[in-house]
Amino acid sequence: MAGLSAINPQFLYVCAGIFLFAIGLWGTWLHAHYVRKIISLNVMGAGVFLTLIAVAYRGENLPPDPVPHALVLTGIVVAVSATALALVIIRRLEDAANE
Amino acid sequence: MNLLDGLWGVLDLLLVAVLLLLAVAAVLSSDRRRSMMLFIVFGLVLALVWARLHAPDIALAEAAIGAGLGGALLMATLRRDTHQQTDRFPQHPALVWGAGVLVMVLGTAIAWGLLSILPTVEQTWRKGAAVDAQLAFSGVSHPVTAVLLNFRAWDTLLELAVLLAAILGIRALGYVRATYVTEAAFSQLAVWLVPLLILMAGYILWAGAHSPGGAFQAGALLAGAGILLRLAGYSSAGLPTARWLVRLGLVAGTGVFLLVGLGLLGWGQGFLHYPVAYAKWWILLIEMLATVSIGMTLTLAFMGGIPQKEAA
Repeated sequence: MAGLSAINPQFLYVCAGIFLFAIGLWGTWLHAHYVRKIISLNVMGAGVFLTLIAVAYRGENLPPDPVPHALVLTGIVVAVSATALALVIIRRLEDAANE
Repeated sequence: MNLLDGLWGVLDLLLVAVLLLLAVAAVLSSDRRRSMMLFIVFGLVLALVWARLHAPDIALAEAAIGAGLGGALLMATLRRDTHQQTDRFPQHPALVWGAGVLVMVLGTAIAWGLLSILPTVEQTWRKGAAVDAQLAFSGVSHPVTAVLLNFRAWDTLLELAVLLAAILGIRALGYVRATYVTEAAFSQLAVWLVPLLILMAGYILWAGAHSPGGAFQAGALLAGAGILLRLAGYSSAGLPTARWLVRLGLVAGTGVFLLVGLGLLGWGQGFLHYPVAYAKWWILLIEMLATVSIGMTLTLAFMGGIPQKEAA
């Protein structure tokens, strides 16, 4: 237990964020189907958000930095609107292919 | 104390392990439907991570927008007529592994670079102290809302413009055949849930001034109500049937934000520099209209634009 408390949460979550980015990049690159590319792209985005929020975190007893929080909030809304547009384009392409 | 710290360490490791496993499974699973489900669960676990890292605003937004609406949008693209859709990596396995190694090397390089400059963040990048120092003049008492609507209002204006551009793009693509089914069972649920969602949206919007919440979370809740109405069989999804009213609602958030900014510029205050005494009211006005626009935009995005035949 004492060993585990030595893990710095900031370090852990920054690494997790970068790992998500790499996994997402891999999927975006290699998947052929567009919906799968979109999911992978969102995993990549989540990695960037996690890295930013981990940097904003300053431990249990200090308030986190609100500026990266605001940036990530903006980022989530932008990501979901880009996803929505992309998904409608995909549905349109599939409809056109079926006609 | 030491024991408690150790428990936090265990929790952190567990959260990170589950998060990474879900991400890997969502990216690698060959079944498309399963991949979507895993991605939605990934979003919910991510919301827990935000809560753990003291980011309640983002936890709320992630649960409502990322996992909730993102999931609904993804599910709407599923075809009902095909049961299993498999997407394996089409490339040669050697290329897949080579690419995997390459992105992991890239990730390691980014991690090494970032972690080596992390100790200097406290002295150089932090704007938290500046936000705290100016908070009393922002018109709200919640620092994240102050950054979004006052100190970096320009970002938020552009974000609303991105939302508007996305819905314009969706509408420009024309009518898309709906792939979701309306369920009679939903109409009973809608009777109870829709008023509750609207009430919650109002509360979350108001709470944003002094605690986690604000226009984005409130708009997402309104969109949830719209999607529920659509699934219950209401063709207009609770949106006004007059087209000009829908158009007005979609533009209201960006438009009024821009007009307020330009008005203050004309007044000699500088673009989006609210006079301190009135900042609260300008922020409330902008947030209310932004909530309406975000709610309408996300509902219409789920519907794939306004269905031509159904809109009166």
